[in-house]
Amino acid sequence: METNEIIIRLAGEGGEGVISTGDIFTQGAARTGYHVFTFRTYPAEIKGGHAWYQVRVGAHHVRSMGDGVDVMVAFNAEGYYNHKHLINKGGVLIYDPDTVTPEENSSIVAYPIAFNAIARKELDFFRGKNVIVTGFLAGLFGLEPSSLEGLIRGRFARRPELLELNLKSLYTGYEYATKKIEKRDPFFLTPVEKIGRLVLSGNDAIAAGALAAGCRFFAGYPITPASEILETMSKELPKLGGVSLQAEDEMAAIGMVAGASFGGLKSMTATSGPGLSLMTEFMGWISTSETPCVIVDSQRAGPSTGMPTKLEQADLNHALYGGHGDFPRIVIAAGSVEDAYFRIIDAFNLSEKYQMPAIFLSDQSLSHRTESMLKPDSSRIHVEERLKPTAEELKQYRRYLVTESGASPISQPGMAGGAYVAPGLEHDEKGHVDTPLQSHMVMMPKRFRKLDGAVKDLGQLPRHGAANATIGVIGWGSTEGVIEEAVDRANARGYKVAAVHPKVISPLQVDDLKKFMNSVEHVIVPELNYSGQFAHYIRSILGNDIVQLNKYAGLPFTPGEIFKKIEEVASNGKQRGNSHR
Amino acid sequence: MVSSAATLTVKDYKSDVKPTWCPGCGDFAVLSATYKALADLQLRTERVVIVSGIGCSSRIPYFLSTYGIHSLHGRALPMATGVKLSNPDMTVMVMGGDGDLFAIGAGHFPHAASRNLDLTTVCMDNQIYGLTKAQASPTTKIGQVTKSTPYGVVAKPINPLLTALAAGATFVARGYSAKPKLLADLFAAGIRHKGFSFIHVISPCTEFNNTYSFYDAQVTDLPADWDKSDLQKALGMAITEEKPHLGIWYETQRPVLDQVLHSLEKETKPFDPNAYLKRFE
Repeated sequence: METNEIIIRLAGEGGEGVISTGDIFTQGAARTGYHVFTFRTYPAEIKGGHAWYQVRVGAHHVRSMGDGVDVMVAFNAEGYYNHKHLINKGGVLIYDPDTVTPEENSSIVAYPIAFNAIARKELDFFRGKNVIVTGFLAGLFGLEPSSLEGLIRGRFARRPELLELNLKSLYTGYEYATKKIEKRDPFFLTPVEKIGRLVLSGNDAIAAGALAAGCRFFAGYPITPASEILETMSKELPKLGGVSLQAEDEMAAIGMVAGASFGGLKSMTATSGPGLSLMTEFMGWISTSETPCVIVDSQRAGPSTGMPTKLEQADLNHALYGGHGDFPRIVIAAGSVEDAYFRIIDAFNLSEKYQMPAIFLSDQSLSHRTESMLKPDSSRIHVEERLKPTAEELKQYRRYLVTESGASPISQPGMAGGAYVAPGLEHDEKGHVDTPLQSHMVMMPKRFRKLDGAVKDLGQLPRHGAANATIGVIGWGSTEGVIEEAVDRANARGYKVAAVHPKVISPLQVDDLKKFMNSVEHVIVPELNYSGQFAHYIRSILGNDIVQLNKYAGLPFTPGEIFKKIEEVASNGKQRGNSHR
Repeated sequence: MVSSAATLTVKDYKSDVKPTWCPGCGDFAVLSATYKALADLQLRTERVVIVSGIGCSSRIPYFLSTYGIHSLHGRALPMATGVKLSNPDMTVMVMGGDGDLFAIGAGHFPHAASRNLDLTTVCMDNQIYGLTKAQASPTTKIGQVTKSTPYGVVAKPINPLLTALAAGATFVARGYSAKPKLLADLFAAGIRHKGFSFIHVISPCTEFNNTYSFYDAQVTDLPADWDKSDLQKALGMAITEEKPHLGIWYETQRPVLDQVLHSLEKETKPFDPNAYLKRFE
């Protein structure tokens, strides 16, 4: 019997190889041609604490963590007890009988494998235990060991003594599954066409997309879960003639970014909620001085230091409204890893074209999860360059020239005739600050009407699901895949459901959203926060009734959770209104 | 408009915006010295960027015909860092007050100095908050009664020269608004210096803290045999001096951040998305 997909979860002590075991298996599966979607969670400590890793591997596009766990690998007793209740009926438990004593459970298939003892006694290589597990999983579920072998060869290319031991560990685990035990579970992956897929994390995609968009200056301050972007940019920008710098704090990071953008480079910083709070003072300066800048906020559970390694979509209010005074900004939230690659390019394009801050929202799950994707089509990439003044305009240069679109040509140091002072004070067309009252009346509408142009650039909001839907689901950010999966499930079971997922939150595609909301009877807004920030935002603009579905458990939605809400709304149709959680 | 061939004079650096400072303000002398230093060095206006924060003295970019940034309170150094790193060939000056550089922006100062970016930072120190009308600043003297310290200042004043020397500034000097010739020379020397130059300027506020007669009597030149390569001596002087010494206290050479960051790779190439993404296969 073959299965289209398997959800495998590995759990154990942090720092003991749970994540690396999962990563090797995932990458091997993607190289073989399978689709993968991973999620990982780990304690804030470096060593110790409880860590787990989940990979959903499928012959079809897998877009979320899925529901429950098909295969549970318990590295220790804590791993077993924390997750045993999530094993689906008919699922599999893999454990080391020397460390875990499972309870009687006839509804699952249990495979004891003493991987610690095998590593120590048979191989005399204790660190091989993780690779033994990887090999065992491959053998049990029909993943060819050759792609795993290739990965291990790559990883240990410069350590021949370790390479041999790791390969031996891999095949020991593989043969244990294929020769030493009797397979009693139904999970065996459908063979797929061998298409090499990329496997990358959200943070990988954000950095790659930023480089493709032309970002040549980066400054940041380390913070979970955004630090990998700083690390990648610091490694890559020097090769491109760009500059990346670790600042002394987030105020400095965004200040450097604004300064470099004034200097003519496309510039970006990346942070998480606590850093965004510190950068807020600059958002107003950037918007009023009309200096293009991209700010990535990989959200984590707050408030304050909150739960640094856990997920929440709770910085939306801050991104939309943070800062004193009244100023326009772009807010973009990507739906998946692949989407992150293209949307960060949109963030640069909109920021450069409309000369305002673009806040790009990721979150802990999107930044750190990996997904497989085909190599993105470079021809889909359009890169916007900033509007430079002409020789004629430089004769009488006005940096803040009032135009129909609101955007004015930007000079940069070195350009003769283009000198101006970028001000935080209200200013006239030349940037002079001596007549603020008159200037304010002209400059406020000039700055704000740039949003009208930006919303026109966005095109139509795509719709997913039934054409004649009665229930509509509107989401934002990293939940796109899980929502669409729930919608597909609902439609397959006879409900009529559709979803839209705006990627640009400011400016919002209000007309499309209005059309969608008016076309359905009920609207559900699922989001990973307590209060329903996006639901409130939409209500404030469109006034429609919305059923909120809020989760603040530090974990992503499962398709089942959203599906359950759809069922509930379908059966309680008369109880409309702004139900809260 | 400045053409490239002609000799530049002081008036080429003046913008059409008239300074907003009170009569007698020390900052006028700083502005004049800046014009003069830029003219002495024949720097083209489009190749100079003046970055300031917030405060009376931070209005200075508007009064020059160069590029400028009037940034946020305390954030002139980070912004100047971005400007210089994106345009290593430009002359970038940071100009601000004692509050901007040593209170709200104090967190940035040691890092800017330790990085040794090629910036010339001028602190116009009037030992008072002028724009908000006479509250204590981080350099106000112990015991001084101001509007915000009616019982007198308790905190020991921040010592800008000691801070700059300790953090790793590679050029440290002090000037006084009542000595405009020296000021212009210090600015020119600071700009010529490759690395982080810090020039502390005693720049009295005639309105709220008029210290001209005090400093006229106090300021003194550095000893004739002063060895400006001696960091220990400079640090000692910064701690023990009773009368403020004017001149170049310290100068040394260290790798300059903008040069280092722009030479990490011998060859640079354009970004190729397909080649880059290969690592994720």
